[in-house]
Amino acid sequence: MSEEKYIPNSKIAKWFDDRLPLLSLSHHLKEYPTPKNLNYWWTFGGILTFCLITQIVTGIILAMHYVAHTEHAFASIEHIMRDVNYGWLIRYVHSNGASMFFLAVYIHIFRGLYFGSYKSPREMIWITGLVIYLLMMATAFMGYVLPWGQMSFWGATVITNLFSAIPLIGESITGWLWGGFSVDNPTLNRFYSLHYLLPFLIFGLVVLHVWSLHIPGNNNPVGIDVKKGTNETMPFHPYMVMKDLLALLTFLLIFFGFVFFLPDFLGHPDNYIPADPLVTPAHIVPEWYLLPFYAILRAIPSKLGGVIFMFASIFVLVGLPWLDGSKVRSATFRPIYRKFFWVLVVIVILLGYLGAKPPEGIYLILARIATAYYFFHFLILLPLLGRYEKTDPLPMSISDPVLDKPGIIDKFKEMAGKYEGENVGTFK
Amino acid sequence: MERLSNLFTKILLIIFFIGIYNSAYSEENKTKFIKNNWSFEGVFGTFDRSALQRGYQVYQEVCSGCHSVQHLSYRNLSEKGGPEFTLNEAKAIAAQFEITDGPNEDGEMFTRSGRLSDKFVNPFPNVKAAAAANGGAYPPDMSVLAKARKGGADYIYSLLMGYEEAPAGYDLDDGVYYNKYMPGYKIKMAEPISDGVVVYNDGTDATKAQISKDIATFLVWTADPHLESRHRMGFKVFFYLIVFLTLVYFSKQKVWARFNSKHEEEEEVFDKAERVVTEYEGEDPKTFK
Amino acid sequence: MSKDIKPKRRDFLFTATYTIGAVGLGVAIWPLVDQMNPDSSVKALSTTEVDVSNVVPGKTITVLWRGKPIFIRRRTKKEIDEAAQVDLKDLKDPEKDSDRAKNPEWLVMVGVCTHLGCVPLGNKGEYKAWFCPCHGSHYDTSGRIRKGPAPKNLEIPNYEFVNSNTIKIG
Repeated sequence: MSEEKYIPNSKIAKWFDDRLPLLSLSHHLKEYPTPKNLNYWWTFGGILTFCLITQIVTGIILAMHYVAHTEHAFASIEHIMRDVNYGWLIRYVHSNGASMFFLAVYIHIFRGLYFGSYKSPREMIWITGLVIYLLMMATAFMGYVLPWGQMSFWGATVITNLFSAIPLIGESITGWLWGGFSVDNPTLNRFYSLHYLLPFLIFGLVVLHVWSLHIPGNNNPVGIDVKKGTNETMPFHPYMVMKDLLALLTFLLIFFGFVFFLPDFLGHPDNYIPADPLVTPAHIVPEWYLLPFYAILRAIPSKLGGVIFMFASIFVLVGLPWLDGSKVRSATFRPIYRKFFWVLVVIVILLGYLGAKPPEGIYLILARIATAYYFFHFLILLPLLGRYEKTDPLPMSISDPVLDKPGIIDKFKEMAGKYEGENVGTFK
Repeated sequence: MERLSNLFTKILLIIFFIGIYNSAYSEENKTKFIKNNWSFEGVFGTFDRSALQRGYQVYQEVCSGCHSVQHLSYRNLSEKGGPEFTLNEAKAIAAQFEITDGPNEDGEMFTRSGRLSDKFVNPFPNVKAAAAANGGAYPPDMSVLAKARKGGADYIYSLLMGYEEAPAGYDLDDGVYYNKYMPGYKIKMAEPISDGVVVYNDGTDATKAQISKDIATFLVWTADPHLESRHRMGFKVFFYLIVFLTLVYFSKQKVWARFNSKHEEEEEVFDKAERVVTEYEGEDPKTFK
Repeated sequence: MSKDIKPKRRDFLFTATYTIGAVGLGVAIWPLVDQMNPDSSVKALSTTEVDVSNVVPGKTITVLWRGKPIFIRRRTKKEIDEAAQVDLKDLKDPEKDSDRAKNPEWLVMVGVCTHLGCVPLGNKGEYKAWFCPCHGSHYDTSGRIRKGPAPKNLEIPNYEFVNSNTIKIG
């Protein structure tokens, strides 16, 4: 980076930093040159870090009181809600925190799609991000099983049963996952163990994610490379720290709105019914953030096909940097891509809506159309647009769009008049 | 950017309103719940203590023969945010019940009278016994029933008030009743509430509607005993967040003032001038008008 | 523009922001700490009532209170006299028997050795009362340490007779 090197301010600091460069790291993070034109869609990385830490802290605390046994799980959560000091608060922060985590990650992903943050040289940020997303989904899925309500049990049953669609080895894999002949106590215990583990893997991947970001530096709304060492960047602290904090507080208003006033709104009432292997709920639905994938899964008529398409919907995103060959990064200068971006947003929300509906009649038809469109967008549309879209002319620097305001030329003349006679090169 | 925010906001609002619209109806039946005013509804909601005490009486005298509330403890009856019986009243209530305890020194189980620390007694020893005694249908535990049913208190109230004659030609087995609020319309519980089925200790007129309202209120409390402290804390948190957010907003503006100042604009103007000049004119910038 | 005024106003805003932020953080951390304190179901069990109607003189029963054993012994006249006659100067932890057993017939003690926490055995030891096998502490008929490494007498919990047959401990 072009920022100044860290200078230790004491002998101890130098001794320490020479052996373990944490102080240099901290200095780098503070001075990290960030494009000055980032908008609020760029604050979600910080928000996501907050969400991860919140989930880990509340999760570890819940684990002090939760009992992972089919006979006691549901009751242990009622114990947390009723008896443990502030137990209800910690539990609701954890359950609503999961939803907020996914809300933030979807905004974060769509920001990336809009502004071309996945394009070279940022492919590894994108890929590490997708791995994080996959781990998040696995973590959330297993976490939802732990209360051992009806949705916990039946959601686990439906999703683990999917693995039996794999030819030849499917049944064995499913039995291996279950630890038995159906979802039961062994399944619950191993899900608990893995649910505790995965967030730490996510944390490690987040380190890789931020590291791979700091190599090329942030993308920005204009999609043009910034010149480092100029006033096109600003040190992360205090500018972005304050901006991220402001965004986080706004996010917390929504988060705590749910926690304190609508704590069960995003959940399903059936999960307050203890699991019963003999009674299937009328409609098995996952949490809202998994609904689009659920819709895709059920849209395909074959069991194996549904599984393949469901996973493919994420894996197609891995190929995005190569599928979208447009030389222009940001949708700001891609008028046609921009429109299709919003169509994609509507399609994904539609898939989410359909995921909660029974897969029949008009719902099934729409789900099939939406699924087809989703793959069309990434596999056909983007490669075509990359080759044939007529993009808007790019500005020369990230400052230019600001300067293309009316009246700037007049101001410019006024300045020229004021400083006439002096060498422009002496102005810093 | 503003255009994006507007569109995004519009989409969110549409989704939100669809959600709200859906919650006014029961699950599959699309029968609208009977409207009621609940004291605990809304962000300012609290429980009506006397309603909770009457509701407890209804539970005890009408429901507890079949329905357990196994996650409730007798001490909850005297704790803050609930019916708030006095400690002695709650002790006396607990003492009315026989609790199985043990084994004693001889290795045998014995019964003793209930204490505050005990959980509410179950009418049946296990789920299967409960179902067997009720025509094969298990009377659900009601500890979290209000959270386990779409519509919560509205659903419970409507169900209790909603028994009626089955429409013509509707086939009902023995021990099965018609209720349009029950998913599937058939329920194995006979109408439990009618005028005067309890005589309220506090003298309130025990109409079917009053009783149904009181038991629904009680069941919302059993499901959500910390509702009031949750709302109170929510207010404090929001107040704090608004204050802190305002402070951070102005701090952020102050910190960013440098980059938003006129000086910056002038600098940018000159940077552009330099670039334009060196790229296109090659002339001495002094002479540029 | 005076440089003196500007920093003051700016500092106040930032100071206020930091302070309010720190307060918020502290308030937010409290529940995370308090959740480890005994929860209300544990606190409800902080007292226990014991039926002692079957305890004849010379008999000791052991009950569980707050997860620890409680020795309840109905002493014989001989034991009471023995305990009362002990010279306080001979005790490592001087305590009058009448202070330990308000009703001399009943001795209620926490059955946890004050040395390192083992449960002493009854009707054993040089004083024909309690003996801890772990490191050889001997207690007398009042539960006082007489010989061995234990520093203090067996603890007397708060208790009262709610009626002639029932002791409430805690």
